[in-house]
Amino acid sequence: MRYAVDHFARTTISLGGIGIIVILLLIFIYLVQEVMPLFSGASVEARGSYDRPGNPGVPTLQLSIEEQAGMAMRLDAEGVFHFFELDTGVLASSERLNLPTSATISSFASDSAESGLLALGLESGEMLLVEQEYDTSFSTVDNSRIVTPSYTYPAGEQPLLVYDNEPVTQIAVGSRGEQFLAALSNAAGDVVLLRGARQQNLLGAFDPDASPVYNLSQITLPELVPPANQLLLDGDLRWLLAIDRRGAVRVFDLASAFRDGSVAEVARANLLPQGANLVDARFLLGGVSLLISSDRGETSQWFLVRDENGNQLQQVRSFGGSDSPIVSITGEWRRKNFVTTDATGSVRIFNTTASRAVFEGDLLQAGAVAMAVAPRGNALLLESTDGKLHAWRLDNPHPEISWSALWERVWYEGYPEPDYIWQSSAASNDFEPKYSLMPLTFGTFKAAFFAMLLAAPLAVCGAIYTGYFMAPRLRRKVKPLVELMEALPTVVLGFLAGLWLAPLVEEHLLSVFSIVVLLPLGIVAASLLWMYLPRSLGEYLPDGWEAVMLVPVVLFFCWMAVVLATPMESLFFGGDLRNWLSDELGVSYDQRNAMVVGLAMGFAVIPTIFSIAEDAIFNVPQQLSYGSQALGATPWQSLYRVVLPTASPGIFSALMVGMGRAVGETMIVLMATGNTPIMDINLFEGMRTLAANIAVEIPESEVDSSHYRILFLAALVLFVFTFFVNTIAEVVRQRLRSRYNVL
Amino acid sequence: MKKQKLSKFQIWLRDGTPWIWFNAGAVTISVLMLFGLLVILGVNGLSHFWPRDVMRAVYTLPTADGIEEPVEIIGEIISSEETESARLQGSGLLLNADQEILQRQLIRFGNRDLGSADFGWIFPQYLSEQSWPEDITVLERREWSDFYGRLQSLQENGQTLAVADPFEELQRRLQRTEAIHAEINAIEDGEIARINWSMEQLRLGERRLQLEGNNSAEIISTIRAERQTLLLEFEAVQSQLNALYRDLERDTAQFEAANGVAVTIFLADIVRAYRPNAMGVVAKLGVYFEKLAEFLTTEPREANTEGGIFPAIFGTVVMVLLMSVFVTPFGVVAAIYLREYAHQGFLTRLIRIAVNNLAGVPSIVYGVFGLGFFIYFVGGEIDQAFYPEALPAPTFGTPGLLWASLTLALLTVPVVIVATEEGLARIPRSLREGSLALGATKFETIVQVIFPMASPAMMTGLILAVARAAGEVAPLMLVGVVKLAPALPVNGIYPYVHLDQKFMHLGYHIYDVGFQSPNIEAARPLVFATALLLVIVIATLNFAAAALRNRLREKYKTLDV
Repeated sequence: MRYAVDHFARTTISLGGIGIIVILLLIFIYLVQEVMPLFSGASVEARGSYDRPGNPGVPTLQLSIEEQAGMAMRLDAEGVFHFFELDTGVLASSERLNLPTSATISSFASDSAESGLLALGLESGEMLLVEQEYDTSFSTVDNSRIVTPSYTYPAGEQPLLVYDNEPVTQIAVGSRGEQFLAALSNAAGDVVLLRGARQQNLLGAFDPDASPVYNLSQITLPELVPPANQLLLDGDLRWLLAIDRRGAVRVFDLASAFRDGSVAEVARANLLPQGANLVDARFLLGGVSLLISSDRGETSQWFLVRDENGNQLQQVRSFGGSDSPIVSITGEWRRKNFVTTDATGSVRIFNTTASRAVFEGDLLQAGAVAMAVAPRGNALLLESTDGKLHAWRLDNPHPEISWSALWERVWYEGYPEPDYIWQSSAASNDFEPKYSLMPLTFGTFKAAFFAMLLAAPLAVCGAIYTGYFMAPRLRRKVKPLVELMEALPTVVLGFLAGLWLAPLVEEHLLSVFSIVVLLPLGIVAASLLWMYLPRSLGEYLPDGWEAVMLVPVVLFFCWMAVVLATPMESLFFGGDLRNWLSDELGVSYDQRNAMVVGLAMGFAVIPTIFSIAEDAIFNVPQQLSYGSQALGATPWQSLYRVVLPTASPGIFSALMVGMGRAVGETMIVLMATGNTPIMDINLFEGMRTLAANIAVEIPESEVDSSHYRILFLAALVLFVFTFFVNTIAEVVRQRLRSRYNVL
Repeated sequence: MKKQKLSKFQIWLRDGTPWIWFNAGAVTISVLMLFGLLVILGVNGLSHFWPRDVMRAVYTLPTADGIEEPVEIIGEIISSEETESARLQGSGLLLNADQEILQRQLIRFGNRDLGSADFGWIFPQYLSEQSWPEDITVLERREWSDFYGRLQSLQENGQTLAVADPFEELQRRLQRTEAIHAEINAIEDGEIARINWSMEQLRLGERRLQLEGNNSAEIISTIRAERQTLLLEFEAVQSQLNALYRDLERDTAQFEAANGVAVTIFLADIVRAYRPNAMGVVAKLGVYFEKLAEFLTTEPREANTEGGIFPAIFGTVVMVLLMSVFVTPFGVVAAIYLREYAHQGFLTRLIRIAVNNLAGVPSIVYGVFGLGFFIYFVGGEIDQAFYPEALPAPTFGTPGLLWASLTLALLTVPVVIVATEEGLARIPRSLREGSLALGATKFETIVQVIFPMASPAMMTGLILAVARAAGEVAPLMLVGVVKLAPALPVNGIYPYVHLDQKFMHLGYHIYDVGFQSPNIEAARPLVFATALLLVIVIATLNFAAAALRNRLREKYKTLDV
């Protein structure tokens, strides 16, 4: 029985011991497991294939999928909406638009935004705007969801005559907030702009229940664009783009079109290489980026960049991957994704920010005639050349993440050049999330660097003195103090740094610099003075008590620095060093800056480095230094030549551990910096570190979203970095310890 | 080679004396920094409770258009400083141009309800008629922060009372409102909390029955009946409360603030009234300790910027205790394994490196792990399995006491392991061998011989772990700490310890009040006091641990012989 208990205890205790490794592995594996989905691409799964609903032989104008991805819609060239189940193709309803029976649709456009606004130009020179939406209700029987389509005509239920018996050859439509804009052109290139602004009620608000009424205004701009150019409107309804078959584009500024009828051409560019033909052009979500597909198998992204010559259309990046011509392209509603199909039937899903193909697969035999992505990006509907529809389930949770989006310069929409930017959220829906980890990593190392700049010399020098020169009685008093220093909560240090030190440093900036210069000089002066003092005085201070002697010296020079700073500031810097810095050197000054962080975090790191380094120096076998001193070396020489080289791995390991601590420290940087994710080495500006960023953002991030996983990635980066640093430090220390044992 | 006599200076250089002094200086600077920090915390933290004298003066600031408008100011001088006039240029002040250095003072005017800022800088050179009138009363209030003014009269139900010494009468009547407040608090924390809890239990019970599908009409009607009784009880308590609240509004006091502004203040809004200018040192000490006690034992007011920090102290203690329950067995077992059972080979080396790594992992990473693994994964599963009736409101799938303690237990387990191992290593081998030679099994040896001897080491480890946990904030921000918890995590309502509840924490309190509070100038002294308390607690714990460790060392020194 006793032996059974003993055996049982042995097993349990061993399990407990190994549990430590398990925990470490668990943390690592869990973090990795949370991060992994970021880098996996998208996957698709077939949901069904069926003949397209409606009259065979009538081509498709547009496909769309409703929010829940249960139903889909097809608009055919006869102006009939077919509403059907996405999985089976079973037709639920059909409805023809308010068109004369004889009408022929000569041009068609849809708004790139979520509005569901469609524009049809007719052979007869008329146009019709349709807003197609889905109404959701719940069944009274089993509470299941019922989706029904609804159609409204914001520009009037009857087609609007625009050109007298001339077909509308091109049409574009866009909406923004409570207004819409349509641009039409005929064969001669006469452009008609039709604007509708939603009517407000007497209180200047929009009536939520009543169906909207639009005030229409219309202008004609004769021969504005070359004939047969594709028209596009950007998301702000400010720019009108006319693109020809070869990819030559003209950009018109519509800002004052409705005020005085003037429309200026502001830019011109060739979007396609020589000899390539335009397949399709469309705006990406947000209406800033223009996507151009060519028959060369490439799609490129362009947007307007402002420079000294005005606006320029700038190619930002291009997406290749296909050897055969692109056949069709469509964008996603809520993310910066788009889908292309090429002539061989390969379907590719790209994300512009991440600059990568999230998915690539041969889903069809030939290019799709039409396609649609579900609003939530979770389903795909393709129409093949043989008139069949193919529905796919799409799993694409983190398209915006790639190695280049995290670690390289990315050219974000609206920026003049590629840059590293961290901006994880914004108010608008069509915001491009900017997840560059570079500014955060930079901030982390900047903070750690300035902390080490203070801590490394102080801690290592202090450790050398304490471990080698200090009187044992004094040492026994100093060590608990250092332990206390190590135990000080970082939140207290951060609070003091942010609320007490930062204003103080701002006020006495020059004093801080004077202290850095004066203190070392003062200490050397003190030791000189001490030497020339009469010997009898020297006997009061036995060896190893210099540190105590220096207390008044240090205090005196600090006081001096503060006193001297005011006159010096008046003399050299016009009374205010901060103004001088910004006026003369152009250096901006934040109150909570890297210097404050360096001071506070340096303070926090000193004891860590000190303890390990002191341990290494103190434990160097004494016979080594006795031997060297017996051979005539002074204590300093034997320290410098014998003890330090022996203990150097320990000091190295101390610095590594200190570095690890500085990199992972959260509260001090959170409280003592402004937490702005900028990349600037300036001592007087703040930063945001990986750790502080996690603390700031993770409580607000949605579970399992890309943002959430990126914060986990940041934690993983911290974990791996400190793991690496600590392992090296520990291995070095273990080897050092065994070497001491041999000696 | 000619041997030359070295000068004193050359010897000084050769011996490396400047370097030695340099190194000594590093120790001095570090230690002085530590002391400086402690002194700043101590001075700022402790001086907050001292009832400062209140100055009354006339302030005439010159303005650009030459019109000088004297105003009366009443307030405490918080601090004075000298500043270069160059820095104040552009602030719109008309300052004497040839004066390079200006003296300025930070004054607390209080009276936030009267519409002006409660703190402000003044230039003492424009002050006149400075005096320290004895009849200026300082009121600490439940709302609107402090008030400075002169007491005019007291009213009961709007009728002015004819009393000889209104201030004395005020003090007496304040005791009455204090008693009523205590009664209200007792009812709200006791009866009302119990009724609310029972209501919630009823709702959850009903929902559970619904989910299980046996919501027969009979059960539902019993639940309805119970709910009805609770509602009746609630109404009774509510009317009792209403009566108390009416009682509170009986007394008012008429005050005159600076510039003759008349103010009426409900006695119910006053926490404390005193006349600092009329008090001697002893009386002031009395108020000082009264305020200190209030700070330690009462709940915060005014968005945490006033009142006490008791819930934060309590939350910290409960969290740390719970963490100890998790961390001690695990840490001790791991240490015993490493020292007593494991073969000192590759695996143990690996485990030691793992322990060391765990100690070096940034605390925020533990927070992220705790949030993702404990809360969203484990907590989410627990909710699915045991609390489906409360969903979608999470029970354990949200930050709370349990997860905070577990996360900190993970964070501090290396501390316990290292300390325990050190203690085990100090126990002489002969003791183990003696016990084994007498026929005890290894486990018996450990339990009966080693364990008692190593227990101080374990205590040391635990104390250090507690000290670390008490000061840690970053992970707690993610796994369960809030700025203001509605209730204590341990109270009189079943199941008494609320593992799923969020709690307040001293460290987080510092961060929150210091950096998220709207009125930082008013909150600053309180943050200093909180920080001082935290540092004292942690320093005490650390010194206790060091003392224990030293005693242990001494003990085995004698055993070794």
